[in-house]
Amino acid sequence: MMQFSDWDILRNLLLAARWTLLLSLIAFTGGGLVGLCLTLARSLRNPLISGFIKAYVELFQGTPLLMQLFLAFFGLSLIGIDVDPWTAAGLSLTLFSSAFLHEIWRGCIDALPKGQWEACRTLGLSYLQTMRYVILPQALRIAIAPTVGFSVQIVKGTALASIIGFVELTKAGTMLNNATFQPFKVFAMVAVLYFIICYPLSLFAKHLENKTHVTR
Amino acid sequence: MSLVSIDQIHKYYGENHVLKGVDLKVAPGEVVSIIGRSGSGKSTLLRCINGLEAYQQGAIVVDSQAVEDDEYKLRLLSRSVGMVFQNFNLFPHMTAGENVMLAPKLVLGQDSKTSRAHAQELLEKVGLGDKFDAYPNNLSGGQQQRVAIARSLAMSPKVLLCDEITSALDPELVGEVLKVLEQLKAEGMTLILVTHEMNFARDVGDTVVFMHQGKVWETGPSDEVFASPQTSELQSFISAVL
Repeated sequence: MMQFSDWDILRNLLLAARWTLLLSLIAFTGGGLVGLCLTLARSLRNPLISGFIKAYVELFQGTPLLMQLFLAFFGLSLIGIDVDPWTAAGLSLTLFSSAFLHEIWRGCIDALPKGQWEACRTLGLSYLQTMRYVILPQALRIAIAPTVGFSVQIVKGTALASIIGFVELTKAGTMLNNATFQPFKVFAMVAVLYFIICYPLSLFAKHLENKTHVTR
Repeated sequence: MSLVSIDQIHKYYGENHVLKGVDLKVAPGEVVSIIGRSGSGKSTLLRCINGLEAYQQGAIVVDSQAVEDDEYKLRLLSRSVGMVFQNFNLFPHMTAGENVMLAPKLVLGQDSKTSRAHAQELLEKVGLGDKFDAYPNNLSGGQQQRVAIARSLAMSPKVLLCDEITSALDPELVGEVLKVLEQLKAEGMTLILVTHEMNFARDVGDTVVFMHQGKVWETGPSDEVFASPQTSELQSFISAVL
């Protein structure tokens, strides 16, 4: 039987951490793009569109991410669409993040005084001009800190993808534990690696929060 | 010919009947002060004139354009009607100059040089020629309100609506804003003000409109209205505020 040194364990975990990072990046970028589209669509204030988006958000916020992963992975194959763990994980994390990011950003837009919209309207600006020049620049400023903060949730959320056989940090930890029977050591290393990824993000979010508080 | 003509408008917020058949004619160059207790419908009336609030019955015509609940028409209307708000509503991420330049650039398609020169001119006119690059947060309330006036004037409106524009100001800053309004009147600008500044309404305004319970209760030349109020409601209002 093969022996695993501590370095072997760490090396394998580090290799797997790449996929955690990549999956997080996909979920954040994909979720950001979808979330942005949802946010812009919602601000049109069309009751039909808003109702649909509301239901979408409720669906993804009101069910566990794990169930969403199961449904994407097993559910889609049941109806004949064969998905690999990468696609299933990327897709469900993207949808999950888009719902939360949309809620964060909508809150940031709603936080701006109604008078900003009214001022634009009385000056004759169109909806798109109002968004582009007045609303979004201000909303972005307050959105940065909570958005970076949410990225920490995404990184930790990727751990659930291990359940559907996606080999990222957590899955690699489980596999190494099966081979070494040293759960405490292996999972402590896993935890430390997550912390190393997430802590800088938290610090960055905090830094941004302080910064946006002092400026205007 | 009136510049603003309001004919029997009714406005409801749900069950709440806030404007009950209001008539008002404003001639070019006239300064009209709308006074009344809070809840009398005076701000709502003002906001109906530029379409910020929709009304359910009656008609408003400004500068020969009907005020209707139609996005495109309201944008056209916004070139004739300027508005200044109680809380300034300046764009906080832009300098005073950029605030003034934004709409002429985007809506009228002015190039940067023209709009910049015009903005500088307008800021000088309101006494803030040296504040072009200042951000709103670094300006006093009175200065911010004067920037807001300059921003409205940049679209060369025919009538300027002022919604309690001195109410959010410290008392010592009210004068500088009223002075700008006096100057605008002297230049022939048509002004419709919802105001609590009774002295200003009496001394500078041409016409006073006293609103009560969603109706124009009493109206007339400002000196007459203040000297001899006809209705008991206006008498008690004037004695309460003066």
